[in-house]
Amino acid sequence: MQPLIELEKRQVGEEAWEEPFFLNMGPQHPSTHGVLRLRIELEGETIVNCEPVIGYLHRGIEKLAETLNPNQCILLSDRLDYISSVANNVAFALAFERLMKIEVPRRARLIRTIVSEMARLCSHLLWLATHALDIGAITVFLYCFREREWLLQIFEKICGARLTHGYVRVGGVRRDFTPEVVEELYEFVRVFPERILDYETLLDENRIWLKRTKGIGVVSPEKAIDLGLTGPSLRGSGVPYDVRKFRPYDAYDEVEFLVPTGKNGDTYDRYKVRMQEMRQSASIIKQCLDKLSETEGEPVLSEKAPDLLLPKMRKEVCPMLTPKGKVVFRTRKKEIIPKGEAFASIEAPKGELAVYVISDGTDTPWRLRIRTPSFVHISAIPYLAKGHMIADLVAIIGTLDIVLGDSDK
Amino acid sequence: MSELICLLICSVILLVIALLHVAYLTYAERKIIARMQQRLGPNRVGPRGLLQPFADMLKLLTKEPIIPYGVDKNIFVLAPLISLVCAGSGLAFIPLWSNFVLSNANVGLLFILALSSLSAYGIILAGWSSNSRYALLGGLRSAAQVISYEIAMGLSLLSVVVMAGSFNLGDIVRAQANLPWKAFLFPQIIGFVVFLISAVAECNRVPFDLPEAESELVAGYFVEYSGMRFALFYLAEYFAMLVMSGLAVTCFLGGWLGPFSIPGLPFFWFLLKLYAFLFFYIWLRATLPRYRYDQLMDLGWKLLIPLAILNLFLTAIIKLLV
Repeated sequence: MQPLIELEKRQVGEEAWEEPFFLNMGPQHPSTHGVLRLRIELEGETIVNCEPVIGYLHRGIEKLAETLNPNQCILLSDRLDYISSVANNVAFALAFERLMKIEVPRRARLIRTIVSEMARLCSHLLWLATHALDIGAITVFLYCFREREWLLQIFEKICGARLTHGYVRVGGVRRDFTPEVVEELYEFVRVFPERILDYETLLDENRIWLKRTKGIGVVSPEKAIDLGLTGPSLRGSGVPYDVRKFRPYDAYDEVEFLVPTGKNGDTYDRYKVRMQEMRQSASIIKQCLDKLSETEGEPVLSEKAPDLLLPKMRKEVCPMLTPKGKVVFRTRKKEIIPKGEAFASIEAPKGELAVYVISDGTDTPWRLRIRTPSFVHISAIPYLAKGHMIADLVAIIGTLDIVLGDSDK
Repeated sequence: MSELICLLICSVILLVIALLHVAYLTYAERKIIARMQQRLGPNRVGPRGLLQPFADMLKLLTKEPIIPYGVDKNIFVLAPLISLVCAGSGLAFIPLWSNFVLSNANVGLLFILALSSLSAYGIILAGWSSNSRYALLGGLRSAAQVISYEIAMGLSLLSVVVMAGSFNLGDIVRAQANLPWKAFLFPQIIGFVVFLISAVAECNRVPFDLPEAESELVAGYFVEYSGMRFALFYLAEYFAMLVMSGLAVTCFLGGWLGPFSIPGLPFFWFLLKLYAFLFFYIWLRATLPRYRYDQLMDLGWKLLIPLAILNLFLTAIIKLLV
């Protein structure tokens, strides 16, 4: 899109000009999934140009991570893609584990896989809910929230939090599953495939849904790779790339699952891919639960895992705490991250989430870089939206499944 | 003089009844959709939330009416009134029972059609005067919608007129008395389907709620409205639903006629059919996604209008032969 100044020049310079109709969509708009702002140039209702403006949710997570130790960084990662925070936790933990050369116990790996897939279900359910709501189907929204609520309650039983779990630790997980949780998860994976049918009966063969999604936002496989799409958005175009298969982490090499792909690369195919993925996720959870019973009683945290303690608090920083000099400070061990760099990438629900850490041998990372799927996907919106109508733009934002916390970091 | 007073009183009674219907239609909509979506719906105000419509009304009445900067003030104030008056006054022509109608006009059907087209002006003007781009787009969509659907609706009703030989709604009902099922439903099944779809579009209801499309245009044409003016648009929508359902019942389902008459409850069959239609509207809203604006025009021009014309020809030919 042309910068504003140039546009003004053109308008003033020529005698007869047609004023382009600009629409500013967002940052407060019901279907931009957060605080995405889009500057749209319209011709009637057709989109001529579309420019995403991001940064409204920037919190400087990468910079902030440089001041925190590994376990604190994981809590920070909850705030990236807050819909599926455990997936972010896993990515961060993997990077630090590779850097610190920590072996994760098998039981912890299985538990991580389960919670990752639960996070995927949470994310996909929320995606389906909002995507359908954007296109106008309000009932699917509440059906999806019904199951998501159940998952969140299980999460609450696992780690006490519903949204920002912080459940994963460098070297394992925070605590073991209770038998009650395992039971409830078994119940969930038993019931869930039937619930998916609920959504599909409302949408799959709905003529309006088909009209609104087929042929909308088509991306060819080559173009999808060029745009940097990952996750279901890429697989919808027929590229079977899945980090869980290509570079297995945690317990993904132990379980069997399919990587569903689409054919046409349109919104409908991406919808179908995600629906299939939900079924696969349920099956992965079930397989992991079966394996979990083999490892009953084993530790869920590596012995080499760094302490949860804060960096050593210096006396001179807070002299007020020791007015009479009698309070003895507990000495807190500084966990040194060995010098070097490490890279970890996972299949987050929205796409490939990668973390790159460099350490200079102190207790905090020297630099931490995050590659988030939403950021890349937002950059694909102008390509996808061009020539479509406003109503399709909403469907396209939905189909790319973006979260602004993820993109703005 | 006494006639005029009588008419006034009757109008007021009709208005009150209609308003009560609208109030509880909003309540019913929220409750029914809640049930369909496994929620509870309003249940705080009064027993089972039955006083919710009044609470809402009070809230909206006491809100500050904001007129944003840069709007065309006169039109901005007038638009919701146009919408409401045009949508609501159609009720006067719908016969609840034999001869029980406020205005037994001979051109009742035409009048309702004229008024419902006019009510779209309220929406277009609101969109135009709001000085907001979303509202403008909503208004434009409404204009596109009106030209695509009014014709199909008019044509489908015209075949009913051909069958009945009258524009008077009472006469149309009486013409159905001798038919099987006491309704034009089966001889006019194509017309009925066309009318049904157009009526939903006429009321700006899902799946044709494009002018207000919440997820695209935020609230479309009434995005800048607040307080009671905002409520007037809502009232207009529900009045339009009542009128369109009433029209469907009168023209296609045989109005007050039923399989047997119930003593003491002359309106029973009419209201039963009316409520069934209103339920249908609500049901649609819970089930269907929204059409896109060009797809809606496609549907209107390429499918409904040809169908309605075909139906009209068929009806006319059969009428000639029989």
